[in-house]
Order: sequence, then structure tokens, then C-alpha cells
Amino acid sequence: MFKKVLIANRGEIAARVIRTCKQLGIATVAVYSEADQQAPYVSLADESYLIGKPRVNESYLNIEKIVSVAKQSGAEAIHPGYGLLSENTDFAKRIEDEGITFIGPRADVIAKMGDKIAARKEMKEAGVPIIPGTEEAVASTDEAKTVANSFGYPVMLKASAGGGGIGMQAVNNDEELEKAFEGNSKRAKAFFGNGSMFIEKLIENPRHIEIQVLADEHGNSVYLFERECSIQRRHQKVVEEAPSPVLSEKTREEMGESAMKAVQALQYTNAGTIEFLVDDEENYYFLEMNTRLQVEHPVTEEITGIDLVEQQLRVANGEKLKVKQKDLTIQGHAIEVRIYAEDPNTFYPSPGQLTKLRLPEGPGIRHELAVHGTSQITPFYDPMIAKLVVHGETREEAIERLTKAIHNYEIEGIKSNVTMLKRIITHEKFKEGETKTTFIQDYYLPTLTNH
Amino acid sequence: MTEIKASMAGSVWKLVAAEGDKVNDGDDVAILESMKMEIPIPSEASGTVKEIKVSEGDFVNEGDVIAIIE
Repeated sequence: MFKKVLIANRGEIAARVIRTCKQLGIATVAVYSEADQQAPYVSLADESYLIGKPRVNESYLNIEKIVSVAKQSGAEAIHPGYGLLSENTDFAKRIEDEGITFIGPRADVIAKMGDKIAARKEMKEAGVPIIPGTEEAVASTDEAKTVANSFGYPVMLKASAGGGGIGMQAVNNDEELEKAFEGNSKRAKAFFGNGSMFIEKLIENPRHIEIQVLADEHGNSVYLFERECSIQRRHQKVVEEAPSPVLSEKTREEMGESAMKAVQALQYTNAGTIEFLVDDEENYYFLEMNTRLQVEHPVTEEITGIDLVEQQLRVANGEKLKVKQKDLTIQGHAIEVRIYAEDPNTFYPSPGQLTKLRLPEGPGIRHELAVHGTSQITPFYDPMIAKLVVHGETREEAIERLTKAIHNYEIEGIKSNVTMLKRIITHEKFKEGETKTTFIQDYYLPTLTNH
Repeated sequence: MTEIKASMAGSVWKLVAAEGDKVNDGDDVAILESMKMEIPIPSEASGTVKEIKVSEGDFVNEGDVIAIIE
């Protein structure tokens, strides 16, 4: 096993990776920006290095600096976490060139799955169901209109290089399409340097269900069932659970097998997630593949008993997967809620000074933290400051534990989405498993009197 | 004269209005970027932009004056 690993990330995920490294006796190297000097993960690591100014392009996205720290500290491998450089092909290539192991799939696979059009093509060829749509980028508004009419409105406009909801918009008719096409293309160009757009049929009122996979360098692979992550705001997940409250055993198996087809076609290695949209009839369609650890990975760990970070480290170290598909079973039910520093009514972020953080304890409760009780929440990074994960024997028990926990979750000094989470998880429709991607719009926003 | 202030800490992603522009109450003057989100900063008065106090890329704290409307 590696003797020393550098974590090229920050916040709760850096702390999460460090925890497993410690259990495996691996020394850890943290990197941090000037804004993160007091962050918990920095002091958890065995060594930590200041790598630059607060803004990500002057610190966490500075490949040269991170590579030089890796070499200086003698780290043999780099864990990229999620976001930041985790799906950056240049980074993956660069550190392999330096003789350091990238804890993730090969650079060519990251590149393929990072380009939505290439990913679609690849999945289609592998026999994974895809959403009807364009195979090539669409250049003009006129061309977009013709395409949209050929499979019928509503359609979804998507930036080829998009992410985090940027450059994405649903449109219902020619007029809306005209308005949306140019603006989104421009935004995508500004954010990602690539303004090419593609169009696909909009699957109405779907669920977002994803399959966790693990694969080693020796051709062995398994799927660790699904996570349902339908409840989202601003196209970002808020509540995630495993297993899905509704999926039939038959569809679960079919989706797992589709995921395995994708893994084999790509000769994928390490941990990855294949995201699907699922409609009311349980038709499922490939959405994208995330070639890294996901924010919501703990719910899978809770129901399978498998430490995904440990598996990532072992696979990256060239070991064979020990776990076999036939030995994997779903044990109980797990739910994660993301704690965001944001206004629960407008979803605008709320940077500022935390003055109190009191965490609920109890059976089945797990915390992942980016902050401590007196942290300064800076405006430079994602507003997610913590995750609360609960596990129970059944979904009912998990909801019961989560309800109790969230009502005892105390954050002061900044605005947080805790009140929103309370309303979501105590809502009858949530209890019924009516967790569609339109949940916030249909069931949460109407509870706000001033909305 | 109305001072248009930053509603939260962040960096100035884009200036939408320029000095001398006519703006209406509710029109965006600037867009901040905070926690990876674009935050529009609307004018709270109708009038002419007398002065823009910040440049694109500047870091502002909550309450910092972004523009003055007359």
C-alpha cells in the first residue's frame, strides 16, 4: 500500500479521505489556500502545505503548485476528491507523467466521459439506454429548432462542456428555444471555453438515480446498487438516499447490468458513478458518468458496509477487488442531507462567521464536516459546509432518525438550509417516496409564504 | 442619491451598468460571484449611474458600495 497520499482538495471530502488513510496507516498531505488555514482537514493531515491565495485558480486549481508539493512531500499518490481537479484530464496525465499515482480512472477515460457528446456515443455503442437527442453539437439557433421539432418539445439545451447546471435549460417551444440558445451558448463559452450545445428530449418529471461502480485493473468490477438523488435545487443535489424508495428489484438489476456494460466498454478502473434519469414506468436513460468519488458516496457505504475511499486506494495500488457481486446485499436504508450555507428561501449563499455548531448524536448518525464551530465561511468555494448521514433498518427508521437529528442540528451565525431540510424530510410526499426532481418546486417552495 | 451596496461578500463578476447609464429601480447594476453562484445586484432607485466604485474582479465585502445612483 502507499505510504503517503496527498489530497488535492479541501473541506469535508479532504477530511473524509484523510480518515480512511489513517485507518490504513497511510500518511497524509493536505494542501490549503489562505482562506482555509483554519479548516479542520488541514490539522487532521500529517503534513499540510499552503498553496496560494483563496481563489481556486490561484490555489486548488494550480496544477504546478500541487505537483511540486507532492514531489516535495514524497507523496506516492494523489486523491483528487470531487470537483476542483478531480475530472481534469491534464492534471491526471501530468501527475502520472511525474510518476505519481492518480487515484481515479485513466486520463483518456476521464476525457471521454467529460465530453457529454462523446460519452453519449460511447454509451450508445455499449448498449446503455440513452435519451433521444442530437449526436453532434448544434451550431445555430435554426438548426436547434429543426432538431427540437423532430423529436418534439419539451427539449433540454445542454452545454457540451457544462457542469453544475451552467449552460442547461429546458424549453417548451420555438420561441423559448430562440431566447435560450444564444445566451446559454455564450455562458458555456465564458465558463468552460467551449460554447457547443446539444439538444435532447426532456424526460418529464423524472427521478435522478445513479449506480455506484468499482472496478480494478484486472478486469473485475461490481456495482454497489443505486442512490436516488432526485431532490435538487439549482440543479444541485440536496437529499440523497440508498436504496431508491421506489425502484423494483428487476430495474435495479437491469440498471446495474447496464452500468457494468459501461464499465467494460470503457475498461473503467477505480470508483465511478453512472447517473440515469428514470421515468414513472422505470425506463432509464444514461445522463452522465462521474469519474470520481461523489459527494453522496456515504449512503452507499452505509448500506453496503464498504469503505469506498479504501477501495479507491486499493485499486489505485493495483490490488484486486476482493468483493464479489454475489456477496453484495443492501443492508437497511441510508439518507444524506447536505447542509448548505445559504438562504433557505432564495437559495442565495450566505458567507459569514459561524458562531455555533452543535451536532446531533445517536445511533446510525454520521457527520462529514468542512467546518468547526467558529469557522469563517468564505465566499470563495461551494456553500456546502457539512453532510448529515443517517442509517436505519428501514426507510421509515432512517427518516425517523434523520428527523430527530435535523431538529437537533444547531448552526448559528450564518443562514443555512436546515429549516428547508426539516420541511422536506417531514413532508408527506417525501415519506411516500414521491422524490422527483421537481420535489422542491412542487412541495417545498409552496410552503414559503413569501414566495 | 442612492448607494447600491453588495448584499454579500464576493467578487465582482460583471458590471452591467456603466457611469452615465440610466437605470430603473430593480435593474441589475452588477453581478457578484459568491460561493460559485452569480448574485445580481439590482439598483434600488431609478436615475443615472453617477459613479461605479468597483472594477470587475474586485473582491467586495457585504455592505461595500458598488455604485452611486443619482
